[in-house]
Amino acid sequence: MLEWRRRREPSKTMLYLSPLIAIGLTMLTGMLVFGAIGFDGLRAVTAIFITPLIEPQRWADLGVKAAPLIMIALGLAIGFRANVWNIGAEGQYVMGAIAGTGVALLTHDMTGWWILPAMALAGILGGAAWAALPALLKVRLQVSEILTSLMLTYVAVQFLYYLVRGPWKDPDGFNFPQTKMFSGSQTLPAVAEGSLVHFGVPLAILLALIAWFVMSKTVAGYAVRVVGRAPAAARHGGFDASRVTWATLLAGGGLAGLAGLFEAAGPFGQLTPQFPVGYGFTAIIVAFLGRLSPPGIVFGALVLAVTYVGGEIAQSTVRLPSAATGMFQALLLFFLLATDVLVRYRLAWKARPARSAP
Amino acid sequence: MTQPPDQTAPSRLALAHVSKSFPGVKANQDISLSVRPGEIHALLGENGAGKSTLVKIIYGVQRADEGQISFDGRPVEIASPKAARKLGIGMVFQHFSLFDGMTVLENIALGLDESVPAEELKARIKAILDSYSLPLDPDREVHTLSVGERQRIEIVRCLLQKPKLLIMDEPTSVLTPQEVERLFETLRQIAREGCSILYISHKLHEIKALCEAATILRAGRVVATCDPRTETTQHMAELMIGAELKHLQRPTSSKQGAARLSVERLDMPGEPPFGTSLKGISFSAHAGEILGIAGVAGNGQAELLLALSGEHLAGRADAIQLDGRPIGLADAGARRAAGLACVPEERNGHAAVPDFSLAENVVLTARHRLPLAPSGLIRQGPVERYAGEVIARFDVRTTGPAALAGSLSGGNLQKFIMGREIGQRPDVLVVAQPTWGVDAGAAAAIRQALVDLAAQGSAIVVISQDLDELLELSDRLCVINEGRLSPARPVAGLKLEEIGLLMGGVHGESHQAESAHA
Repeated sequence: MLEWRRRREPSKTMLYLSPLIAIGLTMLTGMLVFGAIGFDGLRAVTAIFITPLIEPQRWADLGVKAAPLIMIALGLAIGFRANVWNIGAEGQYVMGAIAGTGVALLTHDMTGWWILPAMALAGILGGAAWAALPALLKVRLQVSEILTSLMLTYVAVQFLYYLVRGPWKDPDGFNFPQTKMFSGSQTLPAVAEGSLVHFGVPLAILLALIAWFVMSKTVAGYAVRVVGRAPAAARHGGFDASRVTWATLLAGGGLAGLAGLFEAAGPFGQLTPQFPVGYGFTAIIVAFLGRLSPPGIVFGALVLAVTYVGGEIAQSTVRLPSAATGMFQALLLFFLLATDVLVRYRLAWKARPARSAP
Repeated sequence: MTQPPDQTAPSRLALAHVSKSFPGVKANQDISLSVRPGEIHALLGENGAGKSTLVKIIYGVQRADEGQISFDGRPVEIASPKAARKLGIGMVFQHFSLFDGMTVLENIALGLDESVPAEELKARIKAILDSYSLPLDPDREVHTLSVGERQRIEIVRCLLQKPKLLIMDEPTSVLTPQEVERLFETLRQIAREGCSILYISHKLHEIKALCEAATILRAGRVVATCDPRTETTQHMAELMIGAELKHLQRPTSSKQGAARLSVERLDMPGEPPFGTSLKGISFSAHAGEILGIAGVAGNGQAELLLALSGEHLAGRADAIQLDGRPIGLADAGARRAAGLACVPEERNGHAAVPDFSLAENVVLTARHRLPLAPSGLIRQGPVERYAGEVIARFDVRTTGPAALAGSLSGGNLQKFIMGREIGQRPDVLVVAQPTWGVDAGAAAAIRQALVDLAAQGSAIVVISQDLDELLELSDRLCVINEGRLSPARPVAGLKLEEIGLLMGGVHGESHQAESAHA
């Protein structure tokens, strides 16, 4: 018989190995499930997980999809470290995009280098403001931020729908529910002429480096970690849990808002009802896949970007339904949480009961 | 009177060559002992000597790697606590497993292996309470009871199963002297009726007063068996720690310095539902002095420590003064920076973060007084150097500053935490249970460090339930009871009975005894 044995110390190896095991189990399960309902399971999994990596023309797309995931997940992970469970990053992402677009519409007839930074600032403030509501409710009234941040997501999305169908509808847009296209001064520049990869991609990597430095080398990062691990010890050490709640939610909201603005001013170039694609939720998986550490998050974002790009490939080549991408992402989170047990426990053969000497 | 135990009957419990190892440590090696029917048998040893492991094997919580256990002459395999109870083995643990919000009766019912109708159970409990004249009301909610009364619940729970062997694990560590005497009466009566008692303790005078035989463990082995009634406590202590006892070196001059910490009429509501409110606490601790605060657990010690550390703020700034400066409204960090350090009772999760390395745990409380993180950046070099100094100076057994705090034994972690605070040379150090769970050698080192710190002009407040320790360490002593603090009295010339009365022997016990009989 196999049994779980508690490890004396959490295993460092398993800490990094278990996400890889989860990815492996996801691929295996996906193959079996899609095989069982009549698809070519092996081809489906290959299309989703392998093709995007081996075809260089897909790499730019991977970067573009990974960038917002990195930015959002960094903010979420900082909060998760402090036991602040902001799961409404999708709403903060949308509100950041709306605030930045507001600036874009106001400055539509102007040109200048300052417009894009102003939009980015508005994006950060918009996302942070949307996260400030759960922070206020949590600190003042002890309302769970899990509920409030999630519910506010739906408010943000409805607000977006209202704007693009009402006051912000492009008058020259043939009555389509969408804003004006952003002008040249309002669009993110590409890193190289003709490339899909916009300026937000290298910035996401830079932000990951900054987050890593803050979390591991500063007293502020220490405060976040200690409040999450041992709240009583944090109070004993003179750290203020309310302040950490505020800071982590504002940082998470700000990063999600910036990611939203970059998406609006980059790949979309306007706001449409199709704008919320669920990056805010997928980033939760990214944060956990990356073990809440910034370098891990860059890796995790790439894996999830692969499933997005690969999902599109599988739709055209294996005729997989578009919902397959979501299913693979959900499987990944499922196995990720399940394999987490390996960090603190190990599987061992059940020891035979000690026989007493005759 | 104790009847002479029947010499011809088989041993109630006999262990032969029992061994048990855990990864990295041999907890028990080749242990043999035998307990006669009706005998009160002491299992004596320091923390870490292997008493708990051995008892867990007897009670079926853990399995021996080798060796044989027999009960009433028959070899047995004790696979689980349930099997142990079925054989007739009962155990009262050091830490009770009771639900605070439920009544005595409900708690007992939950702990039984078979389900008994409430009325019948109540009658059986009443019968036991009467026959042992134990004051306890079955309908009271547990959170309203004293520790001594809670312990009685556990004892009644065991007696309901009509045990042949009762294991008591450090039963007096939380009791007042009066409660201890009452417990001993009960235990003697239980033994007279033929039930054997395995009594685990490291308090020698208790063992001398109660037990007829003793097995002394050291480092997992039996080092001696003796009759404690005829043995000297000094000799038993030396057998127990395997060396001659070192006595505390104290400076002889006891001139009182200026008041460094003054508390004036400190009130603080307890946290609902079970917290104790602090009521009008006033005391002062002077330079060069160790002030002891005695009391039974749960009388406001935890709240007092949080109020002093700044984790709970006082209502007024002048309720707490450090060298004359009001700090009642300053938070924990500001108080540390000003020179007031505190060590709470709970190490894991309060004084230290178990998932963090020792070096990271240095940052928790030493960053205010030492230049470990000026301008918000943690300086890894100085942090690791300070952690290393603490480890070396306090002989912390660990692999180094990178070891996780949670991987250290309780005693080693306590040495590290005490060292972390003492090394910062605080002006005032408040510490709860400084040597709880620490072996005698390390406890002596910690006490010596406290005495030395006081000799350098700091004021020290020790909050402890261990009266022996307080009497050894303190210059003056006061007692906390139900959130009120008695005036401080010089320890020289203080009688144990007086302290016991202050600790709650007077009002707590007697009126509850009346209500239980009403």
